[in-house]
Amino acid sequence: MNFDYSQEQQLLTQSVRQFLTKEYTFAARQAIIESDQGYSEQVWTTFAEMGLLGLPFASEVGGFGGNAVDLMPVMEAIGDGLIVEPYLASVGLGGQFIARGGSQTQQQEILPALIAGRCKLAFAQTERQARYNLAHVACRAEKTADGYRLEGEKCVVLHAPCADTLIVSARTAGSPTDADGISLLIVDPSAPGVTLTPYRTIDNLRAADVRFAGTVVPVDALLGPEGQARPLIEVVVDYATALVCAEAVGAMQFANDTTLEYLKTRQQFGVPIGSFQALQHRMVEMTIIAEQARSMACLACVKADSADADERRRTISAAKIHIADACRHISQEAVQLHGGMGMTEELKVSHTFRRLTMLAQTFGDADHHLERFAACG
Amino acid sequence: MDLNYSPEEMAFRDEVRAWLKDNLPDELRDKVVHYEELTKEDLLRWQKITAERGWGAPDWPEEWGGTNWTIVQRHIFEEECGYAGCPPRIPFGVSMCAPVLHKFGTEEQKQRFLPGMYNGDIFWCQGYSEPGSGSDLASLKTSAVREGDSFVVNGQKIWTTWAQHADWIFCLVRTSADFPKRQQGISFLLMDMNTPGISVRPLMLMDGGHEVNEVFFDDVRVPAENLVHEENDGWTVAKYLLGYERLGTGNTGASKREVLRLKELAAQQSKNGKPLIDDPRFRDRLSRVEVELMALEITNLRFLDQMRGGRAPGAEVSLLKIRGTEIQQALTELMLEAVGPLAQPFRSLLATDFDQQTASIAPRYCNYRKTSIYAGSNEIQRNIIAKASLGL
Repeated sequence: MNFDYSQEQQLLTQSVRQFLTKEYTFAARQAIIESDQGYSEQVWTTFAEMGLLGLPFASEVGGFGGNAVDLMPVMEAIGDGLIVEPYLASVGLGGQFIARGGSQTQQQEILPALIAGRCKLAFAQTERQARYNLAHVACRAEKTADGYRLEGEKCVVLHAPCADTLIVSARTAGSPTDADGISLLIVDPSAPGVTLTPYRTIDNLRAADVRFAGTVVPVDALLGPEGQARPLIEVVVDYATALVCAEAVGAMQFANDTTLEYLKTRQQFGVPIGSFQALQHRMVEMTIIAEQARSMACLACVKADSADADERRRTISAAKIHIADACRHISQEAVQLHGGMGMTEELKVSHTFRRLTMLAQTFGDADHHLERFAACG
Repeated sequence: MDLNYSPEEMAFRDEVRAWLKDNLPDELRDKVVHYEELTKEDLLRWQKITAERGWGAPDWPEEWGGTNWTIVQRHIFEEECGYAGCPPRIPFGVSMCAPVLHKFGTEEQKQRFLPGMYNGDIFWCQGYSEPGSGSDLASLKTSAVREGDSFVVNGQKIWTTWAQHADWIFCLVRTSADFPKRQQGISFLLMDMNTPGISVRPLMLMDGGHEVNEVFFDDVRVPAENLVHEENDGWTVAKYLLGYERLGTGNTGASKREVLRLKELAAQQSKNGKPLIDDPRFRDRLSRVEVELMALEITNLRFLDQMRGGRAPGAEVSLLKIRGTEIQQALTELMLEAVGPLAQPFRSLLATDFDQQTASIAPRYCNYRKTSIYAGSNEIQRNIIAKASLGL
């Protein structure tokens, strides 16, 4: 048994953290989220140069063949620094679909460009009535003589505004909640009939609702077998869920560190407020929760690619339940213990609060995963 | 034991309800119900409307426009206003500065300030907290030095709600550092916000709202006649006022309205093809909050009954504040969970808009974290119960 990061993983973590500490300060991040694009092309290029974008992909396409555990420290650093660039969307979701389900041609076309920082991806899955149900796909792809015609709407597609390529789930057969009949299509967001309604999310990412009105894609846009995409979607979303757990751990660690610092420095009644036992116990509880969350994130990342699908489902859902509760508890307590300052835009902890609020619900809230966990027996 | 309102109280409730139905403007109600930011004009407008009915300041002495309602009637009025979706009363004038003036003010001060509060002509704010003095209010440092007929004020206040709207501010200032106890040497001073040397800096909250501010005082000359009560004995005033601030913080009327909205919302959202409200997991959590609210409401009434019997409000109001804010926060959290992924959109980047109904929910959740921090944090409220009720 060994819970440590390998030497390679530690070195990479160190360089990522060094870069982010220096270049991705809170002030730098503020400038990025207020920019037109809402992310930094320069940061993205640096991620490519550092090899972060190729980390989990095969060497044949220019990657480093890493697994979810290799991505874990990167995701933690992303959570800590509240990085708004589309790392999860491109590397943890979009790229995974291509790497796991794509043809040789699709892989060669997209992955080297992704790894080089020239192609960003977004996964268009959520629909208005779908909630967290991955099988709920009402968006339709009609087969035509030379491809597919897309009709329907996807909402809250994270990072869609900057994406060069969308991976879209659409129904080629059956009715909106059938497990079968879902296909994945690679779609150029600038194609005719695609309309994006972009916005900022509460945690300062960019996202869009994406509407398809008779969008025509060629037959080779199909990713994997027609009508059989459901298992792949589940595998990739589980993988991304494990990464989200790691990101949450990074964000919670920041929340705890900064709250502890505040308890030690903020003086009231002539003493640091951290000398009050009522607050000490609250801080201790946050620490216990963060420790357990870290353990569960390790477990999730180790099992993310487990060959046993039931074991994978069960573990990922268990981790997400734990992490969702931890996100809520720690984010709320961090703000509360900061008092009014914790409520303000100008303190980073309020941004971490918002990110943790959303991470708690990303790919399913605790209720969703409780059901899934129980269904595993 | 009889837990029902008397027939007279029921009749009063119906009267208030009918009046609100006819007099609460739809556009104000819509803003409140949909969590939109209220303007200065909106807030003053509602004060004017209640003033015209003679209900502008129910708990004032009758000679100044008070209604002479029983404590239960006052509760009914607040409850109905919250439930109907009325704008919040601007508390700083009518509910905070006014009780101070009634008890400690000179006749001239009353004549000068009370009518403007009542009629919604003058907007007041409260200058209490300072960067180094939050829960520990008595450590405040903003100084007021007597120079002839004036005080010269220097320092800074923080978390000043609606200072950007305010015409006047009431402040706790330090007029002397020569006393053994920090609670001594504090005075209660009224200032015109237009006085040279006062500046306001917004403190944006994480939901993008502008509610609170920093207020800076740089050699501000304030006429000595604006001092309320004795110089250096302002702490007596502050303590008197704190009791007022915590009263009516249960907000059960507004929470009942939010429960209805949550149910509506959960009925519109679907989970596995069925309305979310029929999902037992979600419904159980909603029910638990409803039960908590019921418990708070009945506890609130029980305390009112005790006060009606002549008992002074004590640490009980801290209980109402703690549970009331916990319920408000739980409701915003359930709404957030109800809309799930649709909670993320925040600010549209195009002229075209997205669903504001769901987009207002996450900001509201963020914003309502303030409720357990403001008006004496829930930690401080627990300290009060520990000390005052339990003798710990």
